[in-house]
Amino acid sequence: MSPTAYLVLATLLFTIGGVGVLIRRNALIAFMSVELMLNACNLAFVTFARLHGDINGQIMAFFVMVVAAAEVVVGLAIIVMIFRTRRSASVDDASLLKL
Amino acid sequence: MSPAAGPQIASLASQIADSVALSAGRIASAGVAPSDTGSTGEAVVFWIVAPIIVLAAFGMISARKAMHSAMLIAIVMVGLAIFYITLEAAFLGIVQVVVYTGAIMMLFLFVIMLIGVDASDSRIETIRGQRAAAITAGLGLGVLLVTIAGRVLFSDFTGMAAATPEGNVPAIANAIFERHVWAFEIVAVLLITAAVGAIVLTHRERMFARPSQRELSERRFASGSGVEASPLPNSGVFARHNAVDTPGLLPDGSVAEDSLSKVLVARGTYRTSGEAAHDIEKLGIEDPGAQARGGVEEEGEPASDEDRRDTGVDEPLSDVRHETGTDRTPTDESGDDETGGER
Repeated sequence: MSPTAYLVLATLLFTIGGVGVLIRRNALIAFMSVELMLNACNLAFVTFARLHGDINGQIMAFFVMVVAAAEVVVGLAIIVMIFRTRRSASVDDASLLKL
Repeated sequence: MSPAAGPQIASLASQIADSVALSAGRIASAGVAPSDTGSTGEAVVFWIVAPIIVLAAFGMISARKAMHSAMLIAIVMVGLAIFYITLEAAFLGIVQVVVYTGAIMMLFLFVIMLIGVDASDSRIETIRGQRAAAITAGLGLGVLLVTIAGRVLFSDFTGMAAATPEGNVPAIANAIFERHVWAFEIVAVLLITAAVGAIVLTHRERMFARPSQRELSERRFASGSGVEASPLPNSGVFARHNAVDTPGLLPDGSVAEDSLSKVLVARGTYRTSGEAAHDIEKLGIEDPGAQARGGVEEEGEPASDEDRRDTGVDEPLSDVRHETGTDRTPTDESGDDETGGER
């Protein structure tokens, strides 16, 4: 297996995630697409770690995971709060920069 | 936990992770040199899992319901965990399963259930042409990135064997707790902040006292007409079907919208009474009530004028009456009207 296959897969997943963020109105699905992009980056990190024989790539992926977990917690809390006030999970409805 | 138990569990965990890494390494190397590129086992794993992941990712962004998206992205996460293990990152593979598919996806599922059944997306574009532009931009980005990744000539994998002489987990532990310990501490603070932030954001002070059942009841009676004082009508009682997803008909033949659960209306999974009547006719089940009332058929006939009047009512469910009128035979109509008349 060459590293190219993994990297092409990572770029594909990143692109799919980016398109998902752009085309979906539902805040939850847009959020899942962001997660997909983070995961694609992690795959690239791990691939490069093995390519260079360096553990630091895996450490970076680990920290990305932790930050992603924190981001999900806060992001979902914000989505729940917006849903409570606006009764909608659509990103179009939260357009007034206030609740 | 006793002081000795911690290191024991840690060593046990590292043994398990190492054995997983070892077997993954065996799969990857298949008996060739330590730097194990071009092994068939790894290629087989890749070409089975990678298409699944890509298809699931496409499904994730195109699924109409958020729940389906969550399920599909869970598949992507598990597939990536398999890749991590194949790429000699056993610890990350297990953390991926525990953190992503275990914790984060559960959080997503809880929020989807909290936000409710109408969490599906609207297909209406707020900005004209935005979807087409986004897909074009995505295609451009994809072609660019894939071309770059495909054209760079990478050397073969060096492999992690030299960097992790004692196995994957001890090497990661050394790196985190020696070289990156400061980042680790900051990340711990970040996690605590996130937890506190989530609690603060979702906490809600109650401004007014919660109305008691007695107060709610008094409010209903005080509202005037007395209609609100009675319980809501049952579903399907005056129609020909008593399932909860079939709306009831009021004595005058109009559809009782209150009889349907709001959840079913939001999901769009209710059946109109016309559909229910049609189903029963297809099954060939004779309505015993209609036969018994056969004698009064002529009596029920004039009431159909009222039916025609009801079709004009402009209500979300009022189209039921149109279907009902076309689907049903005159016998059924008279039967229903007579039932209404008995009330």
